[in-house]
Amino acid sequence: MRISYLLFLFALTLNCVTLQAEEKNEIPDVNGCLKCHSHQTITFTNTLTKHEDKRLMNPLYILDKDHFAKGVHAKFKCVDCHSAEYDHYPHKAELKLEPLNSCLDCHGGDVKYASYKFEKIDEEFQKSIHFKKIGESFTCSKCHNQHYYQAKSRNSSIVSDIVLLSNEMCMSCHSNNNKFQLLSDKLKPALAQIHEWLPNQELHFKNVRCIECHTQVVDSLAVSHNILPKEKALKNCEECHSKNSMLEASLYKYKNLQSRSQKGKLNTIISNKSYVIGAYQNSWLERASFVILALVVLGIGAHVTARILKKLI
Amino acid sequence: MKESENKIYFYPIWIRVWHSLNAIGILILIYTGITMYYSNQGFRLMDFQLAINMHNIAGIMVGLSYLIFTIGNLRTTNHKHYKIKRVGMFEKVKIQSQYYLIGMFKKQRPPYPLSEKRKFNPLQKLIYSIIMYLFMPGLIITGIGLLLPELIIENVYHLSGIFLTAILHASLGFLVTTFLLIHLYVASIGQHPLENFKSILNGYHKTDAH
Repeated sequence: MRISYLLFLFALTLNCVTLQAEEKNEIPDVNGCLKCHSHQTITFTNTLTKHEDKRLMNPLYILDKDHFAKGVHAKFKCVDCHSAEYDHYPHKAELKLEPLNSCLDCHGGDVKYASYKFEKIDEEFQKSIHFKKIGESFTCSKCHNQHYYQAKSRNSSIVSDIVLLSNEMCMSCHSNNNKFQLLSDKLKPALAQIHEWLPNQELHFKNVRCIECHTQVVDSLAVSHNILPKEKALKNCEECHSKNSMLEASLYKYKNLQSRSQKGKLNTIISNKSYVIGAYQNSWLERASFVILALVVLGIGAHVTARILKKLI
Repeated sequence: MKESENKIYFYPIWIRVWHSLNAIGILILIYTGITMYYSNQGFRLMDFQLAINMHNIAGIMVGLSYLIFTIGNLRTTNHKHYKIKRVGMFEKVKIQSQYYLIGMFKKQRPPYPLSEKRKFNPLQKLIYSIIMYLFMPGLIITGIGLLLPELIIENVYHLSGIFLTAILHASLGFLVTTFLLIHLYVASIGQHPLENFKSILNGYHKTDAH
């Protein structure tokens, strides 16, 4: 009896937690767009036949509500960016041709997000191979999906999450031929083959971002946006695997990474920094090993001296 | 075992092959390991990529030589020399240590002279057992983990599995390096500083050398 009462309480608590989470994930849908655009099917009255029709939604136009709710634009109404004329169904065909806002249209000169340095990002991006090869049509949204984008590199305390999100951006085109060919006539490059020289390729892909080697680090920006041509990509192991690892200036440069974390300084360092051979040089271990070695050498020296003095050698 | 005058055939060929492979492999591992751990673009001991490749090859070589050691110990009586009797162990180790620190300078006889039945003195027995049955397997297992990182548990509680493995590997590597220094030095103690080095090459050991 007591157990079933406890189970009931547990279920109730769980339910409350779930409800709270759902409330948190609620996104503004003033115009009711998500009635259709968050479902696999659409039901509407066919104006020609006057019948109720149920059809499959175009998968490209289905919004993942949960994913959207975690994104930086979660508070936005659809019509904040899309035309208010989408109110009516069927939507007018020409609405699809309507140009959409780019990041700078809203964030250019944005005081609230001045620390993001959108203008500097744009300046750096214009030096990148993406802009040089493709030009204006390579918009921010090619990498940063406005619906789902999360500012992980600024807000997350987990390096693996930062890496995953960053690399997903690159992979969305570089491992998808259809998307790649939206911008290029060539086939997408065979990434595993190109990176064959890299030891433990899978481990590198999982633990560092593509941009670590493929961008030029700019100290004033949180994330470098000057994607270099492939010939200029880093290929020297010691750039990362050394005492002055460049990873400190890129992936691990988020100075607030430790303060953000609830886990404390030591745990954050240990759990976040994957062990980078050469870059991890622990001063305590070094001191301890130096003391032990010094004692051994001194001991041997003293013993040799005694042997010489006693004419044992 | 052949015995002639005061010479004993101490190290059969398989032990000498194993010991040589181990020695060469460990020297390469120490040099390349230091190169990787203390990697510094301003001061390069050797090319980083080359150091990784050499470390991997030498690691596999030492792993194989450990296999020779294990098989050899299982098929011969060599394992008996590593068997430690717990009763009186520390007392014996103390007596041997006192000999190295004081007794030998007073020209005392070694407390545990080496013979056909006693290849190692109590101190050697203890240290060699720790090295061969704890440190070497630890180094080989963590080394395999670092060679094939997908085998390593991703997180142990909040700690990165690779981080723990690498720290353990580097620490054990350091301890084996320290052992090597002491091992090489202690090997120079005998009738002649090079006596024991000759023994491990030709297999014969002079009974009153230690």
